Amino acid sequence: MKKEAEALKTQIEAARKAACDTDMASAASGVAPAPRVQLKTRRTLKGHLAKIYAMHWSTDNKLMVSASQDGKLLIWDSHSGNKVNAVPLKSSWVMTCAYAPSGNLVASGGLDNMCTVYNLKTPVIKTVKELDAHTGYLSCARFLSDTEILTSSGDTTCALWDLETGKQKTVFLNHVGDCMCLALSPDMNSFVSGACDSLAKLWDIRDGQCKQTFQGHTSDINAISFYPSGNAIITGSDDCTCKMYDLRADQEVIGYQDAALNSGVTSLALSVSGRLVFAGYDDFNCNIWDSLKGEKVGVLSGHDNRVSCTGVPVDGMCVCTGSWDSFLKIWN
Amino acid sequence: MSSKMQSSNNIAQARRTVQQLRLEANIERIKVSKASADLMHYCSEHAKYDPLLMGIPASENPFKDKKPCTIL
Repeated sequence: MKKEAEALKTQIEAARKAACDTDMASAASGVAPAPRVQLKTRRTLKGHLAKIYAMHWSTDNKLMVSASQDGKLLIWDSHSGNKVNAVPLKSSWVMTCAYAPSGNLVASGGLDNMCTVYNLKTPVIKTVKELDAHTGYLSCARFLSDTEILTSSGDTTCALWDLETGKQKTVFLNHVGDCMCLALSPDMNSFVSGACDSLAKLWDIRDGQCKQTFQGHTSDINAISFYPSGNAIITGSDDCTCKMYDLRADQEVIGYQDAALNSGVTSLALSVSGRLVFAGYDDFNCNIWDSLKGEKVGVLSGHDNRVSCTGVPVDGMCVCTGSWDSFLKIWN
Repeated sequence: MSSKMQSSNNIAQARRTVQQLRLEANIERIKVSKASADLMHYCSEHAKYDPLLMGIPASENPFKDKKPCTIL
């Protein structure tokens, strides 16, 4: 069977090579370069007392949630810069947070191995569920709706949970390293995960199957995002590079790297057209890449420590960066 | 675990790996030139709706610094 596995791997490589008649950078050589992107800090959100590990925009383009190891989730009104809510966490070792599309719920999780879901709309914020089944840390969570949430874990699995029963509906098994991040497809039928096995995997949410595996990175994948068309994904890794993989060509089509950059990528977010990739790095900066040409077109400097999270709201009006320096900054 | 159980676990694992590889090997792949063209097309179609790419006029920027009001 080992021989069969090797033969299949060779077959996959050959099929990918046959489809590889060019690369994105060459194909995009005729495209006008993206303008030099110079964004200003419009808001600096101060309130957390320790490293910020995650942030997520609400679909209303105004509110956002951030998570810090000071043991709090803070809900911010990004327009006024004011804090709207504070949710004290049972465990301060938080690694992720998420805002439900409805705006009714937020979730958090981390070294407690659990995903805790809170209702923001009750007179006092209540814990509505503690999702407890992972045997490793919770690295990422994303709501599909008020009744379903996807999680990725250091136990190498991802899971789809029913929020009414609090139980796992589907467990996604295939990674051999800690799962570090996940991203939902625009059509919500699939998601991609990135892991410490340096692979990104595409999963069908309903049948639980791993459909495709993307190689190329040489270290942990910490960040992953869908291209807005749904046909490609972008990954960011400890190997200091980002890569775009096209789902239909089943391979890497362009890489975003620079010999001068030797810090790992912690987070990434795309502008609404997909043209700009905002990637947060360990070196305290967020670099802006032209997704088609692979060139660096700007940088967001201002944090005094690692940029740990980035996010662009649905209307694309700004980009938010969160850092170990305990501040969030809004740029446009 | 007896060595017999261990080897049957390894066989089960190997079988799963082969099944997964078979699944992944059998997908349809399009050419990178077509994939790139489609991505470029999407970008150009949506560029005009991308505030971070196009720039945001101050009057429409919800994050523009508010000037302090003086009451006369």
